[in-house]
Amino acid sequence: MLKVRVIPTILYRDSGVVKGRSFDSWRRVSSLIETIRVYTLREVDELVFLDIAATPKRHFPDLELISEISDSCIVPLSVGGGIKDVDMVRDVLKAGADKVVVNSAAYERPKLISEISDLFGSQCVIASIDVCETKNGYRAAIECGTVVTETNPVELALRYERDGAGEIIITSIPRDGTMQGYDTGLIRQVSDAVSIPVIASGGAGEYEHMYEALTEGKANAVASAAMYHFTDQTPRGAKLFLRDKGIPVRL
Amino acid sequence: MAGCEPRILDQPDGLEDFSHVILPGVGALPKAMETLNNLGFSDKLKGLVADERIILLGVCLGMQLLANESEEAGGAEGLGLIPGKVSYLKPTEQNEPIPHVGWNGADHDGGHELLNGVPSGNDFYFVHSLSFQAEEAADVIATTNYCGEFVSVVGRGAVMGAQFHPELSSRHGIQILRNFLAM
Repeated sequence: MLKVRVIPTILYRDSGVVKGRSFDSWRRVSSLIETIRVYTLREVDELVFLDIAATPKRHFPDLELISEISDSCIVPLSVGGGIKDVDMVRDVLKAGADKVVVNSAAYERPKLISEISDLFGSQCVIASIDVCETKNGYRAAIECGTVVTETNPVELALRYERDGAGEIIITSIPRDGTMQGYDTGLIRQVSDAVSIPVIASGGAGEYEHMYEALTEGKANAVASAAMYHFTDQTPRGAKLFLRDKGIPVRL
Repeated sequence: MAGCEPRILDQPDGLEDFSHVILPGVGALPKAMETLNNLGFSDKLKGLVADERIILLGVCLGMQLLANESEEAGGAEGLGLIPGKVSYLKPTEQNEPIPHVGWNGADHDGGHELLNGVPSGNDFYFVHSLSFQAEEAADVIATTNYCGEFVSVVGRGAVMGAQFHPELSSRHGIQILRNFLAM
């Protein structure tokens, strides 16, 4: 049967791996190649690599870096950060990525996702939605969380699904980096609405949080970063925990 | 990664100089077949297979291309190298999300050299929305469960196909590539 996926996210900015809290106060945590090597050795299910400074600073994906990372990655590698058109997608895929993650550009230019999926197939597009909480409810935010839109994330997820996204990664900005648990209510809303796979993101601090995201949240995969950087928990530890609670995982 | 240097050919001249050919594929079958037909790959591949000059492994869409026909995107004929049809995965009452994305087990009985050293039930990385139905049971090497049981590895003589991505499936995926190259 299909296993749930445990996916470390590597956030990258100004040549270092970073982690923040609620998309702010970024701290440098380790060197990139070290991180990749450790995760590859630990037999993770997939890796997501995001250059979080790319959109705010308007720079292009670092293709040489992506190439280097993909050389040591023997599981699927998803790359995101500043991807705004099909030419960039082509370059990133050629450099070795298996999937691309699009966020701000997909919001700002609604045709982007369908352009990518028409050319390269929907299996290589992950639509990323960052969510904050406003007095009117959940709203999608772009530009690394600095610009709050008027759009409800569930509606946005449905739009992206219609346009041909292969998967959705949904991130709670307030919970990100806090290690207090995912926003399972938000994740559940998205999982109930779309029929493509949903990756939960933002807030994981313990293995139990992942279990909640997969059961109450009905996510198909759990992404996390802080818990691996700041505690001694590991992707394998997560999978052992989940297996013992009856969730199918790959070991 | 399996210990050999691949060459990428974008036209069929020189294909006969190779002993092993991998037919990858990402995208939709009708468009892929159109391209293979127009470039002359289809005839060349069929000829080399018939003359027993190459060993062929189709991966993902590449495996589906081996079939007689597919219903994808309006429908099209495949290469017809392994009798079978390709059709959309249909969710059961478990409401499985489509596409089938992630790690899933491939069950086999250990009889085929392509899967030497790979335990039955080992997880591989899948990402697809259609699956292959083999006409002949003897061509089925491994099956996987998603929306019912489907053929995840198919093989007929020197022509084989894997629905999952061996190149994305960690150590056992690499093992499959090594087994293929050793054939």
